[in-house]
Amino acid sequence: MTEVGTVVATGAPWQRLSVRMLAVHPVREVLRAWPVLIGLLFFGRARRVDGGLWGLVALVVVVLLGLARWYTTTYRVTPEQVQVRRGLLRREVLTVPRDRVRTVDVTASPLHRLLGLARVVIGTGRSDRQNDGLKLDALSTADAERLRTELLHRPAAVTTQTPAAPGSEAVITRFQPAWLRYGPFSLSGLVIVGVVAGFLSRLANEANVQFGFLETVAGWLARTPVWLAVVEVIVLFLVVVAATSTAAYVVAYWGFRLSRQASGTLHIMRGLLTQRSITLEERRLRGVELSETLLLRPVGGARCIAVATGLRVGRGAERGGSLLLPPAPLAEAVRVGAEVLGDPVPLTVELVRHGPRAARRRYTRALVTTGAVPVAFGLLWWFAGSPAWLALVALVLPALGVPLAWDRYRNLGHALVGRHLVVREGSLVRRRTALNRDGIIGWNLRQSFFQRRAGVVTVEATTAAGRQRYAAEDVPAGLAVPLIDQALPGLLAPFLDDRLGDRA
Amino acid sequence: MTESVALRAPAHRVSPRAIGYWTVRASFGWLVLLVAQVGWLLGDLGHLGLRVGVLAGTAGVAVLHLVVMPQWRYRVHRWETTDEAVYTQTGWFTQERRIAPISRIQTVDSAFGVLERLFGLANVTVTTASAAGPIRIHGLRNDDAQRLVDQLTRTTAATPGDAT
Repeated sequence: MTEVGTVVATGAPWQRLSVRMLAVHPVREVLRAWPVLIGLLFFGRARRVDGGLWGLVALVVVVLLGLARWYTTTYRVTPEQVQVRRGLLRREVLTVPRDRVRTVDVTASPLHRLLGLARVVIGTGRSDRQNDGLKLDALSTADAERLRTELLHRPAAVTTQTPAAPGSEAVITRFQPAWLRYGPFSLSGLVIVGVVAGFLSRLANEANVQFGFLETVAGWLARTPVWLAVVEVIVLFLVVVAATSTAAYVVAYWGFRLSRQASGTLHIMRGLLTQRSITLEERRLRGVELSETLLLRPVGGARCIAVATGLRVGRGAERGGSLLLPPAPLAEAVRVGAEVLGDPVPLTVELVRHGPRAARRRYTRALVTTGAVPVAFGLLWWFAGSPAWLALVALVLPALGVPLAWDRYRNLGHALVGRHLVVREGSLVRRRTALNRDGIIGWNLRQSFFQRRAGVVTVEATTAAGRQRYAAEDVPAGLAVPLIDQALPGLLAPFLDDRLGDRA
Repeated sequence: MTESVALRAPAHRVSPRAIGYWTVRASFGWLVLLVAQVGWLLGDLGHLGLRVGVLAGTAGVAVLHLVVMPQWRYRVHRWETTDEAVYTQTGWFTQERRIAPISRIQTVDSAFGVLERLFGLANVTVTTASAAGPIRIHGLRNDDAQRLVDQLTRTTAATPGDAT
């Protein structure tokens, strides 16, 4: 920790990124530009233009851009601010006050790791803007680590709880090979399969590349009966998706480790090839979300996600930042969540159900939306003479809708335990969120015409963290006000009906 | 309406001129649709009955919407502020009540759209740190809006905290 002083040194000199980055940028720019390069090679040749020459020019340009980026980017850390200067023609200085730094994300791709480098992203957590944070690509591993510790080890004046011995940490959970059994159910491979399939088909069509193997398979399928071919294709698809998903799981989460550091931060490390290390201040934490997809539920798996200000859930890379546990046994997810919350009750407590009227609304909504399809096909068959089997096949939808509605109702619930508001909803993805009551900013009570008739109301707690709003759907109207009143006592008091004033 | 939610409605109604404002604003969308349909009608005269029927249907729905929606909205839209909280009720078919403590308010903006200015109206937006929590009060009279902004700015300034 003694080196920290050199970073904060008054007058804080501007520092360059690691010189070794000169070796990474050009290579990475080439890698990044490979679709363009390939395109130039293939299509340039097809149009009888010298594709090779253009490819070379593009290569030189990207390499020069890489050099320019290194040369023009500098950063410094002063006692109050982190500043990054960058840009060749348009110079800009990005400044972030240090007490606004909420996350520090250190990522090292295999190329970075080979050269002992890491990319640092300093997150400021503006939840309403895109493209936030300062990126430093890249520092030496030691510099990155020093910067991370330095930025989140705040000056004593700002710290609320005084840290114990700095550097000490308690491991909350670590990756276990047994978790791999959840890999196939994580479906993370589905996207990869789609992208690869799309790429291959384009290559086959546009560049006339022949895939002898695929043609053999296609020819063989054409000779088998239709039903057998369909079954075979489905089985093949499932096997490929399961295998890719498992591979993607391993690549993303191998070596996962969640720990709590004495300076009041949570530290997450993961990744087989590209290693990510995310540091998250606990004082930004507003709760925890337990999410179980329909596929993970039968095998008893769940994920655990942090609800923190400045980490918006569900947006690409940032989602990765808030993940506290990849798909793993439910019991482990509950344990990790409880450990992070400091209270095991919210994640296990029996929830208040929303009653028969909420149930009826689930069924009505499912049947109206899924029932419309067979009805539409039926009308087409009756009036326009389209084939009748379309309507019959579409009957599958309402048949699926009923169990879905049942499950959606079963999963609805809310509770108020200790410091936390707990809400649960969803079927395809069931989410139970425990939100710290201090993190609740306001309340939205929404009722459609039909909800007013059914006497239910959707109660949304708004927050600066995570999904920004957490809703208890279709709460019986009589329970809604007591719920809000107990969650944030006093807020509603002036607005309560006089006749029922005894609640206040 | 929402009697069983033992919350009373906010105290103040918006300006009655908002009815006209909502009618005019909604009529723009309907006009575009109707003009497009008239164009379609004149472009080609096959299936004339069907086209006239669709046009008449659209016009009927438009008139119904323009008559019912602003009146309904006016009966719903209400607002109230105290030293501790802002409380609004908006919508018509789907209605929403929003409550935010003054201590969580981050910005208070008033805006005057072109159309709103024609009606002498303004709207006030109160934002919190949550992207899901802005509270909008539409259809206020200009001076009411100004007074509300002043009052909210004063009470917000008097309440400490970083509002997240």
